[in-house]
Amino acid sequence: MSTPLLDVRSVTLRYRTDNGLVTATSRVSFHVNRGDRYILLGPSGCGKSTLLKAVGGYLQAEEGQLLLGGQPIRKPGPDRMMVFQEFDQLLPWKTVKENVIFALTASGTLNAREAQDRALHYIDKVKLSRFANSYPHTLSGGMKQRVAIARGMAMEPAILLMDEPFAALDALTRRTMQDELLQLWEDTHFTVLFVTHSIPEAIKLGTRILLLSPHPGRVRAEYTSTGQDVVDARGELFSNRIHRELFAQAAPGEEAVHV
Amino acid sequence: MSDLSTLSLPASEAPAVISAPRWHEKALQSSLLRKSLLLLILALVWQGYAVWLDNPLLFPTFSDTLIALKDGIVSGALPKRTAFTLQTLLTGYGIGIALAGLVTAIAVGSRLGNDLLELLTSMFNPLPAIALLPLSLIWFGLGKGSLIFVLVHSVLWPVALNTHGGFRAVSPTLRMVGRNYGLSGLQLVARILIPAAFPSILSGLKIGWAFAWRTLIAAELVFGVSSGSGGLGWYIYENKNQLEIPSVFAGLLTVILIGLAVENLVFRNIEARTIRRWGMHV
Repeated sequence: MSTPLLDVRSVTLRYRTDNGLVTATSRVSFHVNRGDRYILLGPSGCGKSTLLKAVGGYLQAEEGQLLLGGQPIRKPGPDRMMVFQEFDQLLPWKTVKENVIFALTASGTLNAREAQDRALHYIDKVKLSRFANSYPHTLSGGMKQRVAIARGMAMEPAILLMDEPFAALDALTRRTMQDELLQLWEDTHFTVLFVTHSIPEAIKLGTRILLLSPHPGRVRAEYTSTGQDVVDARGELFSNRIHRELFAQAAPGEEAVHV
Repeated sequence: MSDLSTLSLPASEAPAVISAPRWHEKALQSSLLRKSLLLLILALVWQGYAVWLDNPLLFPTFSDTLIALKDGIVSGALPKRTAFTLQTLLTGYGIGIALAGLVTAIAVGSRLGNDLLELLTSMFNPLPAIALLPLSLIWFGLGKGSLIFVLVHSVLWPVALNTHGGFRAVSPTLRMVGRNYGLSGLQLVARILIPAAFPSILSGLKIGWAFAWRTLIAAELVFGVSSGSGGLGWYIYENKNQLEIPSVFAGLLTVILIGLAVENLVFRNIEARTIRRWGMHV
């Protein structure tokens, strides 16, 4: 096997809060290959979002290394496009089209004319051509997230980082968005690192799933997923197994969310 | 099926979005109509009371005021004074905004700068700029310099306060988006922070303008400039001394009209083209 695209080696992350230093993850290791749909799954407090931000370059590891294509990650950059959970990730003063174009031109990826063509191409892919000239505040939550995905994909990054992008959507829209993301992946087989706390979402979207336990985040197990919640040789449902694995020794009161 | 569930929502929203500006324009027009009507009634009441009072020295009629306004414009005195005032105002406003930008930049750059700005704004914001005029006269003498000094004071602090508050309120997500594109430093400020904080900045500019306008007219009442001509405030004061009371009223009317024009034409237009269009109106 060639070198992995993203190599996370024994990474410990800490961040400062009002109550002192919090250890988000402790010696987490995993690697993502090209074309993977890699899921970081765990309950709140397992450091999965912090880990994603570290891959994004927004914070530095206390120990261990994060390598992208063999190079250490030092700061944010357009080769690692983020898609956030928050709807306010679009620039409200730019239209849908301008939001995508701005990402391409501000980062120096393309010049203005090429950016226009590529932006329209990806906006079409997420089925928002009719709304290319609308401002974000006129769009529904699901549409805003589709713009953010189009923006991320238009940059054609080495890896797309998605931080619970569908968590704030209603159940119906969420399911649609999951289907659409899989369809988009079928087209280009882009690499995506996806954070979620929903076991069904992880099974549906992931090709590989990393289970993290909370306080601090540690690797519990790693699975491959077929996209279906199947019964294994021991007669246990995949989702039940993940649930059992995650909460085997967890304190009472901590529950995974089934959505 | 999957398309339907997401597209049915926006589709029902679309007509509302398209018709929104037209509805808005209509409302604005009719509100303009209503207010014009009220204005007309007020003018009639004024005229009626002044005729009944019959004391042009204390309270001239509306028609006399209009005539004085016309005479003032035709003679060129009023336009000249207005131009002087506006020129002074724009100079002070411009310097004030530039300084506010500088102060905010320092405040954003470091924690100590942040503390300094908070300290200075909390000290100077409650201080009416006009209170600095006596001191200003000693420092800069009778002339434009003194006026500009007090003007800068009236603009600097509210604009800096609002801009700084606006920057701090920019969501962490938007900052991260900007950095994701590889933007940092001044680029991030110019292309992400300033537009994202624009609602606050604009409201600071509006407050700064209102303060500056009031301060300047008040300051001008105190003195003219060396050449014997001054601004609108001085025009009002001079005419009072010569007991040309209709001209005093005409001067006041001009002050009101310019204030209204800037508020309703300039700022409302900027608002409609920016924060209202972007849905950032608070």
